[in-house]
Amino acid sequence: MPAAFFTAAAQPAPQEPTGFFTDATLCIGCKACEVACKQWNQLPADGYEWRGTSYDNTHALSAATWRHVAFAERPCDGGGRSAPAALAPPPAESAIGTELGAPIRWLMVSDVCKHCRQAPCEEACPTGALIYNEFGNVYVQQDICNGCGYCVSACPFGVLDRAESDGRVHKCTLCYDRQKDGLEPACAKACPTDSIQFGPLSQLRARARQRLEQVRARGEDQAYLYGAEPAGEYSSLGAFFLLTDAPEAYNLPAAPRRPRAHLPRNYAWTALTAVAMAAVAGWAFAASFGREAAAPRRPAEAENEVA
Amino acid sequence: MPGLGTSFGRGAATTSQRDLQHSDCVLIMGSNMAEAHPVGFRFPLMARERGATLIHVDPHFSRTSALCDRYVPIRAGTDIAFLGGVIRYVLENDLWFQEYVRHYTNAGTIIDKNFTDTEDGDGLFDGFRPRQHQYESGAKAWNYASEPAAPPTETPPEIGAESWSEKLAAIDNADPKHDDTLQHPRCVFQILRRHFSRYTPEMVASICGCPPEAVAQVAEALARNSGRERTSAIVYAVGWTQHTIGVQIIRAAGILQLLLGNIGRPGGGIMAMRGHASIQGSTDIPTLYNLLPGYIPQPATARQHETLARYLRQEHVANGVWSSFPKYAVSLLKAWYGAAASPENDFGFAWVPKIDDNYSQLPYAYKMAQGQVRGYLIFGQNPAGGNPNARLARAGLRQLDWLVLMDWFETETASYWYKDPDGADPKKIATEIFFIPAAMAAEKDGSFTNTSRLVQWHDKAADPPGDARSDAWFVYQLGLRLKEVYRDSERPRDQGLRHLTWDYGEDAERILPDGTPSRIAGEPDAEKILREINGYRVADGRQVAGYHELQDDGSTACGCWIYSGIFPEKDNNRARSRRRTPGNPAEPEWAWSWPANTRILYNRASADPDGRPWSERKKYVWWDAATRRWTGLDHPDFPPDRDPAYRPGKRSHQMEAIGGNSPFILKPDGKGWLFAPSGTRDGPLPTHYEPVESPVKNRLYAVQSDPATHLYRHKLNRYAKPADPKYPIVATTFRLTEHYLSGAMSRHNSWLSELQPEMFIEMSPLLAEEKGVANGDWITVWNARAAIEARALVTPRIQPLRVDGRIVHQIGIPFHWGYAGQVVGAVANDLTSLLTDPNVSMHEAKAFTCNLRRGRHARVARPPRPNAPQPWPEWQPMPQTPPAAQPEGAALRERRR
Repeated sequence: MPAAFFTAAAQPAPQEPTGFFTDATLCIGCKACEVACKQWNQLPADGYEWRGTSYDNTHALSAATWRHVAFAERPCDGGGRSAPAALAPPPAESAIGTELGAPIRWLMVSDVCKHCRQAPCEEACPTGALIYNEFGNVYVQQDICNGCGYCVSACPFGVLDRAESDGRVHKCTLCYDRQKDGLEPACAKACPTDSIQFGPLSQLRARARQRLEQVRARGEDQAYLYGAEPAGEYSSLGAFFLLTDAPEAYNLPAAPRRPRAHLPRNYAWTALTAVAMAAVAGWAFAASFGREAAAPRRPAEAENEVA
Repeated sequence: MPGLGTSFGRGAATTSQRDLQHSDCVLIMGSNMAEAHPVGFRFPLMARERGATLIHVDPHFSRTSALCDRYVPIRAGTDIAFLGGVIRYVLENDLWFQEYVRHYTNAGTIIDKNFTDTEDGDGLFDGFRPRQHQYESGAKAWNYASEPAAPPTETPPEIGAESWSEKLAAIDNADPKHDDTLQHPRCVFQILRRHFSRYTPEMVASICGCPPEAVAQVAEALARNSGRERTSAIVYAVGWTQHTIGVQIIRAAGILQLLLGNIGRPGGGIMAMRGHASIQGSTDIPTLYNLLPGYIPQPATARQHETLARYLRQEHVANGVWSSFPKYAVSLLKAWYGAAASPENDFGFAWVPKIDDNYSQLPYAYKMAQGQVRGYLIFGQNPAGGNPNARLARAGLRQLDWLVLMDWFETETASYWYKDPDGADPKKIATEIFFIPAAMAAEKDGSFTNTSRLVQWHDKAADPPGDARSDAWFVYQLGLRLKEVYRDSERPRDQGLRHLTWDYGEDAERILPDGTPSRIAGEPDAEKILREINGYRVADGRQVAGYHELQDDGSTACGCWIYSGIFPEKDNNRARSRRRTPGNPAEPEWAWSWPANTRILYNRASADPDGRPWSERKKYVWWDAATRRWTGLDHPDFPPDRDPAYRPGKRSHQMEAIGGNSPFILKPDGKGWLFAPSGTRDGPLPTHYEPVESPVKNRLYAVQSDPATHLYRHKLNRYAKPADPKYPIVATTFRLTEHYLSGAMSRHNSWLSELQPEMFIEMSPLLAEEKGVANGDWITVWNARAAIEARALVTPRIQPLRVDGRIVHQIGIPFHWGYAGQVVGAVANDLTSLLTDPNVSMHEAKAFTCNLRRGRHARVARPPRPNAPQPWPEWQPMPQTPPAAQPEGAALRERRR
């Protein structure tokens, strides 16, 4: 038997970390990213269910849907895209503004696996199926995944999902195969307005900061970057966003939780609880022992004693 | 597109999608560009990123509205009222580009003293014949003063025969009477001012339902971004064309852009977004009944077209590019009939069929419904779901003797005989149907002519599967077989077919990109066809370099004169070129654009009357005094050595009639037409008429809707009366990104179907409350023609409007569903009506009336709903005919030996 059989293949040399910068101000909600992703990765359709939630019939990321365009119809507060400074918004007394229907803005953004720089799924995976590949992307090794689903509950974004067909977890690979061939991921390639941009994270972050300034300068004061920097207990994201409304409007958590960050405290609490419980148990035992010890003697003995 | 042709000369978008990135303001109206043309929409977005203002005026708040800086809701079908308001605002506030208007438009031209405007005719121009529901064809006074009236023809306008002499030759004088001060009461400028004086912001608001200040805001934004330093563009699509007044809406946009000086300049123009891939190509080399390639009019029985000489004489145009019409026509005949075409036999002119009736799609759908059509040959079209009044179309299909379809999937049209929920018993349908599996674009060679007249070549990547064949293969083989059938015929009418040049066979075995030989034999060589389209010298077969080399003596052959120059040498297919030209935003080496590789039409207007660029910022094409030639970033759309100071005399003709300050070289006077003395059949100026079905009366005139509209009486095609209380709701149809047209291509694809899996109708929360409908409920929508059911999508994006003091509700109906495919739903076009506008036989699917209630439609038979997506790729079981049994089987066997 050749020796190579027993030797693991050489680790690929680490590359500069890559990721996505998704700019919501350029998204036209065309869903080309969703279709390009399914085509490149040959993922099946998820089902024909009309939801009546704006134009969002995808609803969520799943084992077979790795890109999801979110739609939000939000009341217009006067500073939004549909009424910028270039043209004054209609006066409040106009029929359109008040009596018959409020002006609204329609927000769209393409959601995807965040490829967290410190990924809860990777931290939760007991088999080592979830790894950071040489591009720093979070990747599920299908031959190792045992379908335990710990990562599913660990992900604060609801990205990971177990497929019913094979019981394993599937998610965005950031087109690992395309990257290895020097191609950009299918979704970024298909995006007609460059709302989805792919590249080395350091460059993307610089570009995003520049873009944020530009968007703010033209009057969208509420624009901000989501996930470009670490925030609270959470690491920065390998797929971050430029948004113009609250994260919740786009179905993103305002403060994502990383279970591992709570681990020392949880362990401490567990230990403390264990100690406390042991103490309680010990006390209970001791108390019951003590009670036994302090139990009144049998009358006979007493009698004997007396006798 | 006579709306553009009448205003500027060519029936094509004046600019390209790419060039929209250089605009300072883009008005998108009658187009849902972000959804219907998402890739092209990147260019307006690029303009926005450079500081441009994007404005969307539309009845329906779409993804396009969401991306624009400003959205103005209007009632469907009131676009002329809105644009009229903007035009009035521009005129009254002196926001027009004076130097441009004075030199490049017919603003100063004096109009015939007998001309009556709608102002004086209460909604009618002079020359209307009420009994015939049409305007007189020749004797009208819609003409320049001092010009003779156009010769009247016998062709009834409803036949729709095209005639350049009728469109243009009314003006023979290159220097018509004019007043450069624009003060003469009968000059175009003053007529324009009077004509639009009624369109005050308040009036516009009460017609359109938009806020009155919206008119001023849009006008100010456009005017602020027009002039020497800046340019604005207007983008439209079928949201403008699919009206009885569609041509006139586009005319209104043309007037506005001429007044603002935006035509022929970078970042300016009117961008006509087409409804279908290569639709521009199919009007250039037309699938239309009334035009031959290159917009040459099809001979008609009712005109004096008995001989070539009479045809050429009657269609002759004295001035401008069309003055060479005989060269284009004779070269076309020479391309078709080859050696058989000689001066002795009129170059085979007698073999060209002459039209005697309106064979446009909608009139013959009506004839079909009356049982007057026997057979139907369809390539990639789906009338059973896509025609206006699709129920009527299906009633027609049921009466055919035979039907041949080429398509990728079994569409509504292919399966109407057994799947149509309100169809007849299949046993009672006698139609014999042949379904021919068609190849997809990547499985065949050919070209796409996109909306910017850009012809881009594509090569076949792989053979189509099974029995599927390209359309070209089918037509070529059909032609070969027909020629064989008629080979020995002596009948005069068969001689055209006998003498047709049909020599497009491949010379060598076709090798696919993967290195293997193609399995398919008998495919025509598409580049041979393009070479013929370009044109060649008959004597030595050498390619011509452009249409200026064509002759009318039979020494040149050319399949389509406007495409001449696309294949200037034997091995130089310029549609293949993909060379970038850094530093030149026009990208002239990326494919080829007709005419003569011009990217922006009428680009002489990008320079001032003296030939200098209007500004450094908007520099494009200019007069080089040193070389005495026009030069610049693009091919100059102008006689290359015409001095800006040159002025024609009264007796100048042909190209000599084009002055150095006349950028519109297809017009006999070289000017942009604010007032159209000819070319439209319903008036020289756009006038607001209500749609045929409207919830309100016309507030501007006594005339309710376009008086020259043609209606079709049929029990399946009833119309609602104006302001009919039974149908108070305005409906408009629209497109989603996720599906394509009637869904024939997208609803068979599970990845697209899951994105929009069900037919729905958009309505406002206020209407939903009024009707007791909750989001997601089933609703039934009905009108005088049909009832359909759909799910209700209640959304604040749809806003009720206050029209004429009362609330008018609008609903938006996507038209992508039908009974065939993976996801099924009601056919929206069952609700739309069959009628034709006076100019282009267009229907009015974008504005009609209806009513709705909560609940499902009780009587409809529902197609079975597939509940689980099928695995992709999902193909219909393909008949695997053994190669030997296929038509080219013999050739294959031959090759193996």
